[in-house]
Amino acid sequence: MTEWASYTFEEDNADGAELALAGRLIISSVGSLDGELRNIDRPIARVDIAQVEEIDTVGAWLVWRLARDHDAEITGANDKAQRLIETVRSSASTAEIAPPRMPVFERVPEIVGLTVTGWGKGAIQLVGFFGSILVAFWGMVRQPSRFQTKALVRQIELVGVNSLGIIGLMSFLIGIVIAQQGAVQLRQFGAEIYTINLTGRITLRELGVLMTAIMVAGRSGSAFAAQIGTMKLTEEVDAMRTIGVSPIEALVIPRILAAVLMMPLLGFFSAVIGIIGGAFLADVALDIPFFTFLARIQEVVPLHDVWVGLVKAPVFGLIVGLAGCYQGMQVKSNAEEVGLRTTMAVVQAIFMVIVLDAFFAVFFTEVGWD
Amino acid sequence: MAENQQPDIVEEAAPNEEHYNGDYAIVVEGLTNRFGDQAVHENLSLKVRRGEILGIVGGSGTGKSVLMRSIIGLQIPSEGHIEVLGHSITEAEPDEQIGVRSRWGVLFQGGALFSTLTVGENVEVPLRQFYPEIGDELRHEIARYKVRLSGLPEEATSKYPSELSGGMKKRAGLARALALDPELLFLDEPTAGLDPIAASAFDRRTRELTDTLGLTVFLITHDLDTLYEICDRVAVLADGQVIAVGTIPELLATDHPWIQEYFNGPRGRAAKASRKRAKAMDKQPSGKA
Repeated sequence: MTEWASYTFEEDNADGAELALAGRLIISSVGSLDGELRNIDRPIARVDIAQVEEIDTVGAWLVWRLARDHDAEITGANDKAQRLIETVRSSASTAEIAPPRMPVFERVPEIVGLTVTGWGKGAIQLVGFFGSILVAFWGMVRQPSRFQTKALVRQIELVGVNSLGIIGLMSFLIGIVIAQQGAVQLRQFGAEIYTINLTGRITLRELGVLMTAIMVAGRSGSAFAAQIGTMKLTEEVDAMRTIGVSPIEALVIPRILAAVLMMPLLGFFSAVIGIIGGAFLADVALDIPFFTFLARIQEVVPLHDVWVGLVKAPVFGLIVGLAGCYQGMQVKSNAEEVGLRTTMAVVQAIFMVIVLDAFFAVFFTEVGWD
Repeated sequence: MAENQQPDIVEEAAPNEEHYNGDYAIVVEGLTNRFGDQAVHENLSLKVRRGEILGIVGGSGTGKSVLMRSIIGLQIPSEGHIEVLGHSITEAEPDEQIGVRSRWGVLFQGGALFSTLTVGENVEVPLRQFYPEIGDELRHEIARYKVRLSGLPEEATSKYPSELSGGMKKRAGLARALALDPELLFLDEPTAGLDPIAASAFDRRTRELTDTLGLTVFLITHDLDTLYEICDRVAVLADGQVIAVGTIPELLATDHPWIQEYFNGPRGRAAKASRKRAKAMDKQPSGKA
């Protein structure tokens, strides 16, 4: 158990009250003494530390502060105590620990204002960013030697090939869920056979691409933001610029291209696996043989459902890649920002994907691809 | 050659462990660190005396930082025994380790400040962690004077690490390392990347703090000026071992080629010359008076 430092008061001296400190005046044993000393409101003429067994800078600070606040004299200090008291005296400071915080009624409007203007600025910057990508891309078209094939292949591996497993598993399970839940509802009308239409159309048209986009946003969009953000922090991006390598060409375009190219493939893959999942469930639980299910898919799913899915996919890929790279490039100061920007990249990408998906759904129905 | 010129030093160069009978702040015995097949340390032994500034030098990749990480318990050694301030680090119970941890401070190479906290708040982190009974006001006061103590201006207290220059970051790291009034201070290349003025100011501050606070300092450095200026002794790491420990004159008296090249290379000679000049300037005014 800690032994706390203590103090005694002697007031009957002719030349004023004397406060004598005793025990170990070190950081581990002054916790309670501090409060007691602060509450002394009687005048003190002398602070005696002859009885102090051990002292460190925290103890010295307490002694000096006491003497300063009461205009008292310090007595009984040995060499070390004197040295430490002198050290803390010369280091005394009144600085704020943290920058001053404004009162709530000023802070809240300020944050609201900054957020709103931030949206406007963000939109403009995003358009600017997209523009610089187009410019860089045009430069690459005119000068194909600048194209970073290696980086693109690497990103294709990361975004596409490496996510096949998780996307396959997810789609298989979603296929099962759709077929199972659909069958339960359709059975009530005796229309259980339409489970095939439901599974086939919804995976190819909507869910395959949508779920894939969400997965890619979570897997790759976040990685884009975190990688580029960290590279910004370690000045790698600046180093690239000074060497004459455009970070847009070297970092952003391969990532966005990989996302745009991989999304249709992954989306189609996801739809196919989803249908297989549905067929598997139908075989096991609904007495529809596996291959009959697959054969029926060909008959009941119109070809334009496949096109609906495939048209949406690259757009979603572009959004995911753009959000990830843009947020990554916005990182400026510290590690916390990398985390915040990564979160923002994922949230923005998923949100935009869902908004656009709703738009596409209405659009394709209107143009007759229902 | 050195023997003829400096006979007084050769006497001192005799194995110095024998005529030291104070206690040791750090004792490392038979330390072996292996990463895969590669052994960084092979049966390394080192003793750091209480109250000294021990400089650790060695070529890149000789495991200076790994040695420090082993001593402070961040790297579990493959073999060997390490004792810090009388407590075994290699065999300590977690409770005992925490107790020892509050008695040392570490300054990492990049400062390793918590980037989301201000300098003052950075200093407060160890205080909060180890001594929760200390009231807010006293904790703020401690943080304030520690920041000044490390040589930073008052205004730096409320700044974030990203707003500080490299030299100021090092000082802020030093302030945090000093937060708990440690007995032992580990400095990993404290002057690397600083301009010569900031570096020598940092050196002076380290020396002053060591003397006033009675610290023991384990100092990894490549800075020859630092070695000449403030180190009581220097330990040389090579081939996975400490090949020599002693004052610089003692080291110069050995004939190990790496040590000779290190201290007698152009930079070594320059540092030595500037040390001599500084000493001469110190003496002049007192001689005249």
